[in-house]
Amino acid sequence: MKICVLVKEVPDAAVEKRIDSGSKRLDRSGEKNLNPFDTHAIEAAMQVKEGGAVDVDEVVAVTMGPESAFRALHKAVSLGADRSVHLTDEALVDSDCCATGYALAKVLEQESPDLVLLGQQSDDGECYTMGAIVADHLKMPSLTQVIKMDVEEGKLRCERQAEYGYDTVEVNLPAVISVGDAINEPRYPSLKAIMGAKKKQLDTKSIGDVGIEADRVGTGGSRTSVLAVNPPPAKQAGEIIEDEDTNETVEKIVAWLDERKLLV
Amino acid sequence: MSGILTYALHYENEVNKNSLGAVSEAARLAKEIGGEAHAVVVGEDISDELCQSLGAYGASKVYRAHAPDGLAQPVVDVMAKLISDHGYSYALFGGGLLGFEIGAGLTARLNAGVTMEVTEVKAVAGKLVAVRPILQDSAVVDSGYVSEPGIIIGRLNAFEADASSNGASAQVEDVEVELSEWSTKATMVTRGEQRGAEVNIEDADTLVAGGRGLGKADGFSELCEPLAEALGGAVAATRAVVDAGWYSYSAQIGQTGKTVAPKLYLAAGISGAIQHKVGMQAAENIVAINKDPNAPIFEFSDLGVVGDLNKIIPKLTEAVKAKRGG
Repeated sequence: MKICVLVKEVPDAAVEKRIDSGSKRLDRSGEKNLNPFDTHAIEAAMQVKEGGAVDVDEVVAVTMGPESAFRALHKAVSLGADRSVHLTDEALVDSDCCATGYALAKVLEQESPDLVLLGQQSDDGECYTMGAIVADHLKMPSLTQVIKMDVEEGKLRCERQAEYGYDTVEVNLPAVISVGDAINEPRYPSLKAIMGAKKKQLDTKSIGDVGIEADRVGTGGSRTSVLAVNPPPAKQAGEIIEDEDTNETVEKIVAWLDERKLLV
Repeated sequence: MSGILTYALHYENEVNKNSLGAVSEAARLAKEIGGEAHAVVVGEDISDELCQSLGAYGASKVYRAHAPDGLAQPVVDVMAKLISDHGYSYALFGGGLLGFEIGAGLTARLNAGVTMEVTEVKAVAGKLVAVRPILQDSAVVDSGYVSEPGIIIGRLNAFEADASSNGASAQVEDVEVELSEWSTKATMVTRGEQRGAEVNIEDADTLVAGGRGLGKADGFSELCEPLAEALGGAVAATRAVVDAGWYSYSAQIGQTGKTVAPKLYLAAGISGAIQHKVGMQAAENIVAINKDPNAPIFEFSDLGVVGDLNKIIPKLTEAVKAKRGG
């Protein structure tokens, strides 16, 4: 069995994110990190591999992004992936969700995995949708926001929270599964794994290498266009108390609540 | 036809509230761009009454398709066929897990633009523009579609249900759609399982909500429950801790949980992700205690306390008790 994990490099959560006023796209310069949700997807892949219920030949990390995105792949490999694939091409710049999903599906088609895993959302943008987009292109069944996944020969048993409580769904392989952060506690990479990451195979692909039609990606292939970027509606900033002396802090909280008649 | 097609999720013979919001919003927008709003209901045993009832929310026609309940991909097959056959200009979804999955599937199937977490839709010169907050709500993007159909996936509670077409009954049309082979590869084993004790948080004036910052499941019994009791309120929880099994599903706030508007919402160890915010932002007073000064919740709390909740909450509980004479 072969598992592909889709990963993405995102701005570090601790760094302020901003929109570039010229391109109206997210400014992706500055500190970057592997999307935190993707570390759960890699961990899920590793647990399948180590779990013994099925034989996993390899775990392949796949990303699409600018040249710098190889760092996300190094991180993914240090967390256990066997090798990685980096789709990068000038033609892909400014692809929207629709175009990105198509492009990723073309890379995956070439890998023909039995299971595609990804984080349910990225820290910086497209929420929840990428798994289902990729799945439809690959003609595979798909579930998103999965928090428990058991593997048997040829199928998965998945749990997730939906509108009316927890659903348990059986999915035949091959399949695309996006995972929530409750699914596992990702491991920390060992120093040895971090040092070894650069030595593992990393294939860089251009759109031509995987048969992507240039007019279906990038600005020209995108089906949405950003018309305007505005500041959010102004909200008065709340009062902030830094707790130094807890007795004093508590007094302040109680006074604040009392003033608003919340302690009657 | 420049109409709008929506998906109405149902369960136990009742249509989901967010779906009713989506149908109402579609009806309002269809009028503005000059078309009709139609809805799709997919399931195994759907009554005429349930379909017709969408008329009150402005749907003039409801398509009923027979397919497995609660899974997205069969609905993608149904909606893709209807959109291809009838040329709808837009597909609109309320906030919810299935809406995201169906909308995303249609994006791929129809090579269509998608905008998600949409909080507002505007009609501009006969076309729809989706308004979407991004980057933890630090900017708001107006997103247009360069081709039809356009897929709009709303944020939870973004669209209000409006039953003002009361008395109108939607025309019901049964459609037969052959499912894609891959849409039949997922099977629902159990649906809607409730986990943990049943609690009522929607009627409470005061809620003490706990998140991952509590550090452990016992944080609820040791910190949140005593404080809630002192305040005369109830305890709520974030999805992360409910999924982790720390607290009851019925106490969950936000996406796929409850929406609340208490007088006081005290968030303990909650970072304030959008999926949580959408369920509680209507609270009159929001107090947040979190040790991370950069937690997004401080951006929409009325009183933010940066500190260790293990130190603060026990003392706060005692002080509240003393004040309220308990």
